[in-house]
Amino acid sequence: MRVAFFVTCLADHYFADAAADAVRLLRHLGCEVSFPLDQTCCGQPAYNAGRTGEALRMAEHTLDVFGGLPDNPADADAVVLPSGSCATMVKKFYPRLATGPGGSAVRATALAERSWDLAEFIVRRLGVTRLGDGLAGRRIAVHQGCHALRELRLETEPATLLEGAGAVIVPWEAQEECCGFGGLFSVKMTAVSAAMADRKLETLPDVDWVVSGDGGCVLHLDGRSRARGDRVEFVHLATALWRGVNGAGGTAGAE
Amino acid sequence: MDTGIKDYAARSREIIREEPGVRESVTGATIAFDEKRRQGYAEVDADTWRRWAEGVKNHTLTHLDRYLAEAEEQLQANGAQVHWAADAAEAREIVTGLAVRHGVRSVVKGKSMVTEEIDLNPVLEAAGIEVFETDLGEYILQLLEEPPSHILGPALHKSLEQVQELFAERLDTARDGDPDTLARAAREVLRDAFIHADMGITGANFLVAETGTVALIENEGNIRLTTSLPRVHVAVVGIEKLLPRMTDLAGFLQLTARAATGQPIGCFVSLIQGPAADPGDDGPEEVHVVLVDNGRTDVLAHEHAWEALRCVRCGACLNACPVYRQTGGHAYGYVYSGPIGSVLDPGLLGLHEAMPLPFASSLCGACQDACPVRIPIPELLLEWRREAQEEGLTPWRERAALAGLASVATRPGLYRLAGKIGSRLGATGAARVLPMLGEWSKDRALPKPSPRTFRDLWREGIE
Repeated sequence: MRVAFFVTCLADHYFADAAADAVRLLRHLGCEVSFPLDQTCCGQPAYNAGRTGEALRMAEHTLDVFGGLPDNPADADAVVLPSGSCATMVKKFYPRLATGPGGSAVRATALAERSWDLAEFIVRRLGVTRLGDGLAGRRIAVHQGCHALRELRLETEPATLLEGAGAVIVPWEAQEECCGFGGLFSVKMTAVSAAMADRKLETLPDVDWVVSGDGGCVLHLDGRSRARGDRVEFVHLATALWRGVNGAGGTAGAE
Repeated sequence: MDTGIKDYAARSREIIREEPGVRESVTGATIAFDEKRRQGYAEVDADTWRRWAEGVKNHTLTHLDRYLAEAEEQLQANGAQVHWAADAAEAREIVTGLAVRHGVRSVVKGKSMVTEEIDLNPVLEAAGIEVFETDLGEYILQLLEEPPSHILGPALHKSLEQVQELFAERLDTARDGDPDTLARAAREVLRDAFIHADMGITGANFLVAETGTVALIENEGNIRLTTSLPRVHVAVVGIEKLLPRMTDLAGFLQLTARAATGQPIGCFVSLIQGPAADPGDDGPEEVHVVLVDNGRTDVLAHEHAWEALRCVRCGACLNACPVYRQTGGHAYGYVYSGPIGSVLDPGLLGLHEAMPLPFASSLCGACQDACPVRIPIPELLLEWRREAQEEGLTPWRERAALAGLASVATRPGLYRLAGKIGSRLGATGAARVLPMLGEWSKDRALPKPSPRTFRDLWREGIE
């Protein structure tokens, strides 16, 4: 399986080690991983702000980088992103955006069809749920990004993989609630955004790690928890899963 | 229209900081409602019901002219009188005109969002008429002179302690009176109001075109009394409340109750078929239906926003919304708050008047999953954001930042360079040059960039 890795701008700059763990994990699962060097940002910040023209320009750039013509033999079999939110941008919002004026709907749909969030790819495309036992006994709470949860409907995949590596998933009252990041929302409506993070943090059970496949949520939750003086260890899903394979691996998340 | 919408950001911060009890009450109540809604949906094939309801509403809205005409004809055939109000001022004039004509001194009201929308109570009171809100939550708020905070539970932002204190002061109940005692005390006052009222004013959940039936759902019985005891009943109805047939109503009564409270159906459903047939029969002597536009045809004409007119005012999206839960409805500054308010208000009031509501959302999508008529709220929020950007209604720094991001992100060389500079600056340095990080750091610690980018790690080789 040839995989083109779309690191996403946030992971490139804030979760570089976790992104490297994602590459290790994909190779471990038998994938040949490439990294197209001209990739940048998927354009979601502009899309969510309503800056459609700019979002479309960034989407077109990504389509150029990752191919996107149906059955182009030069393309990888799959494009994998270590972010549920950016994966949703490519899979759900690119086709919507590209059907507008000046868009290339055919290319966008083709790319959407072979793009995957990391956990989605491992469970649904590779059919793997058992990675190892590197997380044996580790108590983990899972934070699902809203796009992964409600757009991609990845309701069980991250927990399945973590449990498959021996982790104990601890129920979290606010597990499916939005953490309050929302990109631009977090800087436009800071008080509400922070209060939403507080709700997540106030209901957090006693765990070793909080694991999330979305870097944006982690930056926000971690930033809020440090401002409050909480001691919570946030770990990117890619790092957690790679540790599931070999018990060690890269350093954790934003820390 | 004078609203408090533009102060959303400041007002929400104030409520969170200064009135922490609001967040606690609203979060607790909405989570309980949302859980009941989930159970209510789980008992039936909710997705099929919701698709059906969406279809019926779409059909009705796209044939609204026809069904409005049919409804008017049927209402008149039932002996009801129909009035058309183009805007809030006309609606107020019609209702006060009726009250004056009938020599009304006292009015009882059922909970109604549209009468809040047209701001009816102050003009009635100015005409020397005593107004009693008879829904318990609305009654509490009337005593406090506050607007409703939620479509369904208007006083859900209040704690039991606050109501105990209020009732002790105003109704002379015990300071530690339990909810039953408090409800009984309110009932004493309201029973008397029902008996003496000359006019009952309600909204409507639905108006059935085929039969000219005004349908009202409730749990307290106060609407049944409001529509049957006084000699005149006035129903103020938004023109989007239409349903074509009685059989449609049967489905909507059930779905709306499930979405709102998880109940299979409301405790009381009143179907109003005009006034009492003969003198001496039960029911009012006159029934008036005031059909209100007040911006709705503008919404209907909008390419995207028209879908928000499917709304049945169940409150499910408010209950599901983590943004709404932090503040309750008052932060939004207008009668329709929460997710549905953020997509409906720009249509009803004009986008300029409703800024920044389209941005008062993290786009988490919980509202869309809860909505019984499948209004695509996140998509509609994005449409309003697009329009706001096109009309230049957003801060220029924000637009400049996003334009900058697009310029950099479409030039890989520049993007790599910017990444390098960012890492060199580190978080604190970046905060000085990026205005948005300044906002970020008001409530959060700054993010720590990776010492080396993934790109660097890749170049060096990932083992």
